Amino acid sequence: MNAPVMSATGLQRHYEVSGGLLRPTRLLRAVGGVDFALYPGKTLAVVGESGCGKSTLARMVTMIEEPTAGELVLDGQPVQPDVWASLRKSVQIVFQDPYGSLNPRQRIGTILMEPLVINRKDMSRAEREEKAREMLRLVGLRPEHFERYPHMFSGGQRQRIAVARALMLDPRVLVLDEPVSALDLSIQSAILNLLVDLQERLQLAYLFISHDLSVVRHIADDVIVMYLGRAVERGNKDAVFGNPRHPYTKALLSATPRAEPGAEKTRIKLSGELPSPLSIPEGCPFAPRCWKVQDDCRRTRPELTGDAHAAACFHPEGAAG
Amino acid sequence: MSLLRIRNLSVDFATASGRFRAVDSVDQDVNTGEILAIVGESGSGKSVSMLALMGLLPWTARVTADEISFDGQDLLNMDRRARRRIIGNDLAMIFQEPMSSLNPCFTVGWQIKEALRFHLGLDRRARHARAVELFEQVGIPDPEKRLSAFPHQMSGGMNQRVMIAMAISCKPKLLIADEPTTALDVTIQAQILDLLAELRNETAMGLVLITHDMGVVAETAERVSVQYAGQKIEEQPVVPLFRTPHHPYTAALLDALPERATEKRLPTIPGVVPGQFDRPPGCLFSPRCKFADDRCRGEPPQPCGADLGQARCFHPLSTDERLAS
Ligand SMILES: Nc1ncnc2c1ncn2[C@@H]1O[C@H](COP(=O)(O)OP(=O)(O)OP(=O)(O)O)[C@@H](O)[C@H]1O
Ligand SMILES: Nc1ncnc2c1ncn2[C@@H]1O[C@H](COP(=O)(O)OP(=O)(O)OP(=O)(O)O)[C@@H](O)[C@H]1O
Ligand SMILES: [Mg+2]
Ligand SMILES: [Mg+2]
Repeated sequence: MNAPVMSATGLQRHYEVSGGLLRPTRLLRAVGGVDFALYPGKTLAVVGESGCGKSTLARMVTMIEEPTAGELVLDGQPVQPDVWASLRKSVQIVFQDPYGSLNPRQRIGTILMEPLVINRKDMSRAEREEKAREMLRLVGLRPEHFERYPHMFSGGQRQRIAVARALMLDPRVLVLDEPVSALDLSIQSAILNLLVDLQERLQLAYLFISHDLSVVRHIADDVIVMYLGRAVERGNKDAVFGNPRHPYTKALLSATPRAEPGAEKTRIKLSGELPSPLSIPEGCPFAPRCWKVQDDCRRTRPELTGDAHAAACFHPEGAAG
Repeated sequence: MSLLRIRNLSVDFATASGRFRAVDSVDQDVNTGEILAIVGESGSGKSVSMLALMGLLPWTARVTADEISFDGQDLLNMDRRARRRIIGNDLAMIFQEPMSSLNPCFTVGWQIKEALRFHLGLDRRARHARAVELFEQVGIPDPEKRLSAFPHQMSGGMNQRVMIAMAISCKPKLLIADEPTTALDVTIQAQILDLLAELRNETAMGLVLITHDMGVVAETAERVSVQYAGQKIEEQPVVPLFRTPHHPYTAALLDALPERATEKRLPTIPGVVPGQFDRPPGCLFSPRCKFADDRCRGEPPQPCGADLGQARCFHPLSTDERLAS
C-alpha cells in the first residue's frame, strides 16, 4: 500500500471538568490513546456508542483541539500548534447538522469563497468565484444556487453545501462527523454517492464517523471500533463485520436491527450501561458489561494486538479456549 | 373490532403563509395486542396524526375526521374532560424527545408519582411502591435510589425508560411510542424495543411505533403503514411489505437502504418531498416517480384494495413488474 496522508500514534485528549461547588476538578479521558493511518482514496470509519470520543478525535485531527498526548503526522510533518495555520487547509471537516453549520445570513457563494479569502490571498476575486461555482457544480447543485441563502435549501442540499465548502481548499483529508445521520433515507443515499464520487475523483482520504453500522459497512474500507476513548478493534471492514473478534463489536453488530423481517436474531444482551468516562474501570473498560469476563480482564487492560485485524481482548471471539 | 379506528383524518395548520395540510385523509386501525409501525420521512405527518388523536395539537391546527374511536368510544366528539380521563390512562404516548417531556426541575420519582396520583388516585405509600415496581419493570437498576434523581443526572437511555414507566403506569390499552429509540445507542435501543415487545406480550396492549428506521420496523412491527407528505400511501403486514412493496415510493425507499446495496453507488430518489407551495395536483409522489404519467400528475389516486397494500397509486407494483423494471 502507498504511504498514509496522515497518521496518529497514541493520540489522547483529556478534559478537566469541575466536580461542582467546592469539589475537586476531575479528569475526563475522552480519548485515551488511539492509533490510525489515513490513505489517499480510502475511508477509515470510526464507530462506537455516544460519548466514546469520536467527535473529540475528529477535533484533534482537524486541529481544532490540541492532543493532550500522542503524535499526529501529516505528509511526514508533525502536526504542532505552531504550524496548524499552514496545515489546516489540508484537513477539512463536515459536521452532522446541515442546519447549524452554515451562517444563515450569508449567501452560498460567500460561504464557499470565505475559506479562500482567508487562506488564499494570492487568488483574485474572479478566481475565487470561479472556483466556488465549479465546486457547486461538483457537488451537484445548480449555478442559480450561488446567490441563495441557506434557509432556501433542503437538508440534503445543505449537506452538499457543507461538503463543497470543505473542499474549497483542496484538502487531502476530509473528516466526516456523522455526515448523513440527520438526513432522511431517500437523501442519505445521494450524499453517500456524492462522497464516493468525490473520493474517487480527488483521491481524498476520509475519516468517517458514524454510529450507523449499515452506512459504515457500505462506505468504509477499514474500521475502528471505539469504546470509552480507546480502540477495542481495528481492521478491514469485511474482517470486522464478518468475523468480529472483540465481544463489544460482536454485541454492537448483533444489536443493529436489520431491514429484513423474519431474519434470524441472535441478539447479545448487554447488561448495564456505558460507564462514565470520568470513572473508566481499571482493567478492560468493557469488563463490567462483558459476558465473557474473567479475573484477568478486571486486573489488566488488554492492549490492541494483531496486525491487520487487531482486538484488545484477552478472550477474543473465534479464538480457541 | 379494532381498538383504535381512524377514518379520513386530516390536519390543517394555519400558518403565516397560509393553510398547510400536514395530515391528509388518513385511515388507520390498530387491534388489541398488535404492533403497528408508522414509517415515513421527516415531516410526513407521523407525529401530527397521533397528536391529533390525543387532542394535543395547538389551536392553529384544524382537525377533521369521519371517525376517531378508541375502545368503542367516540374520541372525536368527546368533551375535553372526558378525553383527559382516557389519555394517559387507557391511551398513553411516549413523546419524541424524552428530555423535553420530562420536567428538569423535579425528580423523576416525583413526576411518575404525580401521574399515579392524577390517574389512579393512589395514596402516598401505594404510589411509592408502584413507582419502584414500574422502575424495576422497565429495567432501571437501583430503583429506590433513582427515584430521587433529576433527569439531567441520568443518561438518555435511563430517561427514556422513565418515560416508558410513566406511560405504562396505568396499564394502557394502547401505547403510542413516537421515535422511542432514535436518540439512543443501538445496544440500548435493543433493550428498549425488547422491553416494549415484552409489555405487549404480557398485557396485550396495542402498540403504535413511529419510526423512520427500517431496521427497527423489520424487527419489531407486525403491520406497517407508510406515510408520504401527510398521506398514508401503503399498508401491509411487515413481511410482504419488505418483499413486495406496491407503492413506488416504498419500493424506492427500500432500494435506497445501504444494507441492500449491491454496488458502491446506491439507488437514489430524485427531488424532494413537496412542501406547502409545490404540492402537485395529482399523486404527491409523481414528481419523483419513475413510473409517473399524465394521469398521475393530474389526478390524485385513491387507495387500492388490500391485495395491493391499499397503495395510493394508479400503477401499483407487483413482483413481476419489479423484476421487469
Ligand atoms: N470540551 C469538553 N469538556 C469536557 N468534556 C468533554 C468535552 N468535549 C467532550 N467531552 C466529553 O468527552 C466524551 C467524549 O465526547 P465525544 O463528543 O467525543 O463523543 P462522541 O463519541 O462523539 O459521542 P456522540 O456519538 O454522542 O457524538 C464525552 O463524555 C463528553 O462528555
Ligand atoms: N404547529 C405547527 N404549525 C405548522 N406546521 C406544523 C406544526 N407542527 C407540525 N407542522 C408541520 O406538519 C408536518 C408534519 O409534521 P410531523 O411532526 O407530523 O412530522 P413527522 O412525520 O413526525 O416528522 P419527524 O420524522 O421529523 O418527526 C411538517 O411539515 C411540520 O412542519
Ligand atoms: Mg459526536
Ligand atoms: Mg415526528
